[in-house]
Amino acid sequence: MTNALDGIAAGIVRDDIPEFRPGDTLKVYVRVVEGNRSRVQLFQGICIRIQGSGAGRTFTVRKVSFGVGVERTFPLHTPIIDRIEVATRGDVRRAKLYYLRNLRGKAAKIKEKREPAAR
Amino acid sequence: MSTTRNVRGLLGKKLGMTQVWDENNRVVPVTVISAASNVVTQVRSADTDGYTAVQLGFGEVKPTQVTKPLAGHFARAGVTPRRHLVEIRTADAAGYSLGQELSADLFNAGERVDVTGTSKGKGFAGVMKRHGFHGVSASHGSHRNHRKPGSIGGCATPARVFKGLRMAGRMGVETVTTQNLTVHAVDADKGLLLVKGAVPGPKGTVVIVRSAAKAKGDGK
Repeated sequence: MTNALDGIAAGIVRDDIPEFRPGDTLKVYVRVVEGNRSRVQLFQGICIRIQGSGAGRTFTVRKVSFGVGVERTFPLHTPIIDRIEVATRGDVRRAKLYYLRNLRGKAAKIKEKREPAAR
Repeated sequence: MSTTRNVRGLLGKKLGMTQVWDENNRVVPVTVISAASNVVTQVRSADTDGYTAVQLGFGEVKPTQVTKPLAGHFARAGVTPRRHLVEIRTADAAGYSLGQELSADLFNAGERVDVTGTSKGKGFAGVMKRHGFHGVSASHGSHRNHRKPGSIGGCATPARVFKGLRMAGRMGVETVTTQNLTVHAVDADKGLLLVKGAVPGPKGTVVIVRSAAKAKGDGK
């Protein structure tokens, strides 16, 4: 009976999304519709949260724009995302990076992960 | 009073909820209802029954588990026995024929429907949960009476508690109808209805989907 549910979820889940984790710096290319024409807008920042599972999975990207913190939460499989690029892999020890909200400037930097395979 | 509206109805099984995208790429929360293989088992007419309705059968059942009288009832309609039977009161019952198969494509996307089901059981629930009472203050000297109902009536007059006074007790497991839900999509091949919003009852239970009683404008 849940197979039908999975079937519907499979219809909307995208398979062109790269693997990424909280702490990674993402380039999210978002389709923006202005009037009757659409263009692609870049939203670049640190992924601070991945939440949910299946079709309802969402992730939050945080960036600091003109000194103001901006966070945007996207459904992972939303059609408005043109593509996602992983700019850097971050080395973090938490799944939710809310502590970044209280940090400014250099303190809010995340160490880059080196050689992910070695360990 | 006889039915004057043309109501279309289906029995279905609630499979659960998920989300899909609409044409504006917005999230739509949907309940998936499997409404495959409904059959007409009886047609009620004003002459013989005093009202017009169509009786639908739904769900698999082993033929050996069906009582002889019911087996005869299904044999008369020329269909294999079904688990659930329900009557849909409608004015155009004469348009249905015995043994006719109805499936999810009875409804169209965008149509308004009412969905009837049996709500989830909550067990013995207090007045705050069961009737939405406000309870008693959390502080200001309240002592061990935070979720109590308070007064349930006078003392010497009327010297009794009125019948029907709302108190704690068993909650849930009652027939609930959610009105005016929108059919988001219909998957005729798999017999699925995608209804926008929530539907009463736990997953796996039988629900009745009917044309909306109070649909305005676009409703048919």
